[in-house]
Amino acid sequence: MPKEDSPNRMTGAQAVLECLKREGVDVVFGLPGGVLLPLYDAIYNSEIRHILVRHEQGAAHMADGYARATGKVGVCIATSGPGATNLVTGIATAYMDSVPMVAITGQVNTFLIGKDAFQEADITGITLPITKHNYLLRSAKDIPRVFREAFYIARSGRPGPVLIDLPRDVTVEEMEFNWPEVNLAGYHPSVKAHEMQIKKAAKALMEAERPVIYAGGGVKLADAHRELFDLSVKLSVPVTTTLMGIGCFPEDHPLSLGMLGMHGTKYANYTIQESDLILAVGARFDDRVTGKVSSFAPRAKIIHVDVDPAEIGKNVRVDIPLVGDAKNALAGLIKEVQPKPRSAWNDKVDLWKSDYPLKYVPDMNIIKPQYVIEKLCELAPDAIITTEVGQNQMWAAQFFVHKDPRKFISSGGLGTMGYGFPAAIGAKMGIPDCEVIDIAGDGSFLMNSQELATAVVNDIPVKVAIINNGCLGMVRQWQELFFGKRYSATILGRTSPDFVKLAEAYGAVGLRATKPAEVEPVIRAALASDRPTLMDFIVSPLEKVSPMVPAGAAISEILELEWSEESDASSLHEIIAKTRSGVSSQEGC
Amino acid sequence: MKHTIAVVVENKSGVLTRIAGLFSRRSFNIESLSVGATDNPEYSRMTLSVQGDEEVLEQVIKQLSKLINVIRVSELEPEDSVERELAIIKVGADKDNRSEIMQLVSVFRAKIIDVSARSMIIEVTGDEQKVDALVLLLRQFGIKELARTGKVSMIRGTRVIKA
Repeated sequence: MPKEDSPNRMTGAQAVLECLKREGVDVVFGLPGGVLLPLYDAIYNSEIRHILVRHEQGAAHMADGYARATGKVGVCIATSGPGATNLVTGIATAYMDSVPMVAITGQVNTFLIGKDAFQEADITGITLPITKHNYLLRSAKDIPRVFREAFYIARSGRPGPVLIDLPRDVTVEEMEFNWPEVNLAGYHPSVKAHEMQIKKAAKALMEAERPVIYAGGGVKLADAHRELFDLSVKLSVPVTTTLMGIGCFPEDHPLSLGMLGMHGTKYANYTIQESDLILAVGARFDDRVTGKVSSFAPRAKIIHVDVDPAEIGKNVRVDIPLVGDAKNALAGLIKEVQPKPRSAWNDKVDLWKSDYPLKYVPDMNIIKPQYVIEKLCELAPDAIITTEVGQNQMWAAQFFVHKDPRKFISSGGLGTMGYGFPAAIGAKMGIPDCEVIDIAGDGSFLMNSQELATAVVNDIPVKVAIINNGCLGMVRQWQELFFGKRYSATILGRTSPDFVKLAEAYGAVGLRATKPAEVEPVIRAALASDRPTLMDFIVSPLEKVSPMVPAGAAISEILELEWSEESDASSLHEIIAKTRSGVSSQEGC
Repeated sequence: MKHTIAVVVENKSGVLTRIAGLFSRRSFNIESLSVGATDNPEYSRMTLSVQGDEEVLEQVIKQLSKLINVIRVSELEPEDSVERELAIIKVGADKDNRSEIMQLVSVFRAKIIDVSARSMIIEVTGDEQKVDALVLLLRQFGIKELARTGKVSMIRGTRVIKA
């Protein structure tokens, strides 16, 4: 029997903190509640930094942003019931994008579970389909094992969120702490790609006349950008990335095709459609990438590298499956292939690149959203960019030249509005020396704007660039194109607050630009600021994300969107102006 | 196409929910599911009958394998395995038809496990087709209640599906 005064004897709450310390956690994002009182009491004199959020969704996205920026496991904490359910969107976001995260939720006392107790919610049941795994602890002695397993599961194989539900009585129960090895009979992620399959894939790459690499978020997760670069250059194969893969291949390199898919570049889509071989690495043939699946890359053989065997053959037929970690598989391929010079195929791809560049019509009088992104890129080329979801996200993907992995952080799979700002705070906590800018929309920013308080109180100097077009732009764009310009519930205008005043109300810095000439000074002022700073760019509401593959079309049927006709323009301007009357240029910088 | 899959899982609370949840959210169709302990009390074995083509089957197996509590997933080829299902059937039976029912029961090597003045409960064990056939024939007497276990299955010969 362990002695009462044994150094390993502690409460469940203390054990949780001990586990976090042993897992190398330096910061957690959370908000306390009744059942978490014992845990927060242990946090009070812990060396782990706790960032108090203003809404639990913010905590989940911060943990997520921290994880994406650093590659480490992000940790968020919420109390039972509503606290836990508030994490749900953040957990689902992390699940869809394979982000390593551990979410700790409080739970009512074990003897109250199932009795509909105050602030009780079945969070393990609720998060079953959106976690890689989850646990409901019933005894303090299980804490070390469960936490160790949770961190291991979250970060290994295909990463993902793991939730641990922690009943109140388990946190006060005394236990003897020991740190067991992980031993999971049903979990053996495959990492090493099969030698024979690598040889087969290498042969196919050598024989291909029109090859292309299609790289996704898995390249970042496996830290395989270096290998991707070397393989592409050795074989002179052009590389296109998914939204999640942005940054894993430098977009200023001649072999880069930028992003593919619905709002990808025309040349990336043409290259995919004309190719005779696609090397897919850490990507999952999402519907936003493939368009109409039956017309996707009709003449191409497909090599699919993925650490998750269930992704292979899920959406498209695969000729050469390569189950394994992207770094391992790509390194294997580099060894097997011989250098290949540029070919006629490269010339053809380059011609597409010069014929169909991403473009917009600049304007002297009204700010174009794309111009703001280009200026941000020019003035802060090395910043970590987080985004919200919608037009702001697509423009950030298209017009910022991304060169580094882990510097473009965006909710791809779930498409969560309100993600970018808390994710920026999390990223800044992880990489404090790096400038972090959330490229936001006026719609999505409001979904988690309360975290301005978190940024100000904790002195986390993130920057927000609101591309303020007075509407829920992406949906408005679809209404313009496919719903007879009936702008149902998409015009925000006056219903949005004055963002500069909003920032100031929280103690942050607010800046505004209403004319193109003001864009650069505003960005410079924001970058010079050492406080959380919000930039409100009043942009043209008419601007659409272009090019675009209409829903259900093949990705080669990608359209350059026409600019709105004058009559539509004036009517939309009028609607937005009416609702914008509170915002004038004098209030800005 | 119908496939039979044996799934060895950790014997922990919530595992059945994880599997059932996986099937519903991925739109896989389960026709029957049976579950019970194995020789090792730490593990349970489920037998699933799944409808779908080869691609669906492949996804079912891969997705099941991803669950942390799932130890092993194997497809059982019908020609290579034995399968059994048990059903108990309550039929309307009185002195006029009782002997006719009893004859049927004996042809099927089924058992009568309860008799009352106006009813009988019949127990039958066999593969799915046999149980179906008896159910069909008993329908003329009026089936009052029917309970089936869902099938369990095992590979013939020395090969085993173990944890």
